[in-house]
Amino acid sequence: MSTLEKTESKECAKQPQPISQLKGSQAVLEALLCEGVDTVFGYPGGAIMPIYDALYDYNEKLTHILVRHEQGGIHAAQGYARTSGRTGVVFATSGPGATNLVTGLADAMIDSNPIVCITGQVFASLLGTDAFQETDVINITAPVTKWSYQVTEASEIPTAIAKAFHIASTGRPGPVLIDITKNAQMELFDYLGYEKCTHIRSYRPSPIVRKEYVQEAAALINSAQKPFILFGQGIILGRAEQEFKAFLEKSGIPAAATVMGLSALETDHPQHVGMLGMHGNYAPNVMTNDCDVLIAIGMRFDDRVTGRLDKYAKQAKVVHLDIDPAEIDKNVQTTVAVWGDCKETLPQLTELIDKKEHTDWLEQFRTLEKEEIKEVIQNELHPTGDVLTMGEVVHLLNELTGGDAIITTDVGQHQMVACRYAKFNQSKSNVTSGGLGTMGFGLPAAIGAWYGAPHRDVIAIIGDGGFQMTLQELGTIMQFGAKVKILILNNQFLGMVRQWQQLFNEKRYSFVNITSPDFVALAKSYYIDGQKVSEREQLKTALKTMLDHDGAYLLEVMVGKENNVFPMVAQGTSVSEIRLK
Amino acid sequence: MEKQEYTITIYTENSIGMIGRISTIFSRRKINIESLNTSPSEVEGIHRFTILITEIEEVVRKLCRQIEKQVEVLKAYYNTNDEVIWQEQALYKVPTEVITEKVYVERLLRQYGASAVVIRKDYTVFETAGHREEIDKLTEELTKYNLIEFVRGARIAIIKESAGFHAKLKEFERREPSEEVVENEYLEKGDDVFTM
Repeated sequence: MSTLEKTESKECAKQPQPISQLKGSQAVLEALLCEGVDTVFGYPGGAIMPIYDALYDYNEKLTHILVRHEQGGIHAAQGYARTSGRTGVVFATSGPGATNLVTGLADAMIDSNPIVCITGQVFASLLGTDAFQETDVINITAPVTKWSYQVTEASEIPTAIAKAFHIASTGRPGPVLIDITKNAQMELFDYLGYEKCTHIRSYRPSPIVRKEYVQEAAALINSAQKPFILFGQGIILGRAEQEFKAFLEKSGIPAAATVMGLSALETDHPQHVGMLGMHGNYAPNVMTNDCDVLIAIGMRFDDRVTGRLDKYAKQAKVVHLDIDPAEIDKNVQTTVAVWGDCKETLPQLTELIDKKEHTDWLEQFRTLEKEEIKEVIQNELHPTGDVLTMGEVVHLLNELTGGDAIITTDVGQHQMVACRYAKFNQSKSNVTSGGLGTMGFGLPAAIGAWYGAPHRDVIAIIGDGGFQMTLQELGTIMQFGAKVKILILNNQFLGMVRQWQQLFNEKRYSFVNITSPDFVALAKSYYIDGQKVSEREQLKTALKTMLDHDGAYLLEVMVGKENNVFPMVAQGTSVSEIRLK
Repeated sequence: MEKQEYTITIYTENSIGMIGRISTIFSRRKINIESLNTSPSEVEGIHRFTILITEIEEVVRKLCRQIEKQVEVLKAYYNTNDEVIWQEQALYKVPTEVITEKVYVERLLRQYGASAVVIRKDYTVFETAGHREEIDKLTEELTKYNLIEFVRGARIAIIKESAGFHAKLKEFERREPSEEVVENEYLEKGDDVFTM
């Protein structure tokens, strides 16, 4: 079980306390303290006022970050969860407060982020009456939550929240929503203390590992001539980075990451052959259709990874390790499925595999990599033209951070460039919206990422389009001082859609031309320092100024307007048909 | 693979909102639920859903995995028609004079094993149970004789090979009895309980 680490709070009594009368709202906050929560992202409103009233007295024990929009709140909680490995917590009011969470819930659901959302709800007596700020939030959010529950009586609160944290953080993590009616927040009830939930009878966080499948998988791996590993976020969620590395190094097999799996293995590792998928690296895409055994670990064969399914790795036998039984055979037919938490299954597999070195096979990846360097990477990282490329900005950033920073990104061209070229030395460093592709994710996620890992540098790489979707969160940065570095790569277009319109719609640029405000002046209005550069000779100094600045900083870099991200697996084509230009 | 009828049997906790969570798994994929029945199971505290859909096996298998992923679902099975014993029930309301005057109608009702539930001067209500085709045929015939109202219940089905799971279910409930469902106690009591 990937039970997320929780620090036991001193305020939380281990033994059931003598019966005391507590308000529902106080019980909510007591529950959070007992779960080791230190930071909550939220926004008050009518139906959640009793909880905010109680929060007034918990100010020293709980840090509450007042965001500027509930969507910002939940993305911040996601960022927090992703860099800290703990559960992110969000408060929002009923009605619009709750519906504003929906995008973030969907994002957290598809990217498996442990999140607990607590929403206020109208009085239980008013449910179903179209009361002021009433929405049926449980039903609206059902498809995008791992679990949800409506509390109508104060006495239900401790159990409901305990279950919420257990469900959100175990097995394949996900978002949970607890909707609490106002009367339940206000009522006094006999509080018996808080008991963490460790078991729910109908819920199996991770399947039991079947030894025979591990043995079958090992036999297949041992017999392989050209095995290839694909790794995803499951490694990070399962805290199995070390176990994965041990497996990898004993096996000698080349390994490629999904977008969500990036940073689970340091970029410089000799067996790391790059990123998979539509804008991934050349070699791993091509070799997917050349390997004889494909070993997928904690990844879910998203369509952006597989390209055309009927031409995906048809020659290979597939070993799939996953904690979620529903992922097995969902998109790609497996030969051997190893169900279970990879923290458990990987060491068992490592023990059974032969120590090998696939030198020649690995060399084939490196040969293809050279081709990609020549055709794509060289021009992207060391361009000879006048216009700046996104790649050279990320490359320079690598030089300055050494690969130690946390990178959050928004969605689009800059995201793919950042994922392709950013260097990661340690796990939990890549915070991006992988599955849902939520524009507007980058800035609020960076705020949360900083609270989740306040001693690390957090750089939010964002496009000019996505930044304008959630730029109100500059207000949150201003008020609470998150030291977030905002790097806007401005190509004056909604670049990814423009790229597709260029390649597939005969350059019919339909509403991709987006104008922007003066971002630096905008930041300044929020008392955030910044500058804008468009010349190559200014770039390095500007990046350095940004990194050295003690506090938040906004750097806008004007990049080539019509640069494209390559390589690319065009829609409807096979991974091995990946285009270099 | 050919599409065919599958009966999906789901054992769940008896918690509010389960129908919604389960039905969206079908509607999300634009799969039509042909019939849905919820009822208690043989084990107290555990609920049973019986859902009928027409799909290919691969889709049904994936659906069941997604259903089992729900926190409050214990188990989801899928079976073809020859793996289950199944019934559907129907009620028919016909003018009483038709039955008294038309011999054919009386024969028809005997033939389909329909039995009278209510007999009034103006109308009579019959019920019958059986497979879909039989019910459909009877409906079609009765339509010719001024059928006033007709309703068919959802499919209910017993899995032929279910002994193993039944034992597990019993043991499961014995070890950890189910929790009570908390319902909203405050509707209609707004004035007494709370004022804004």
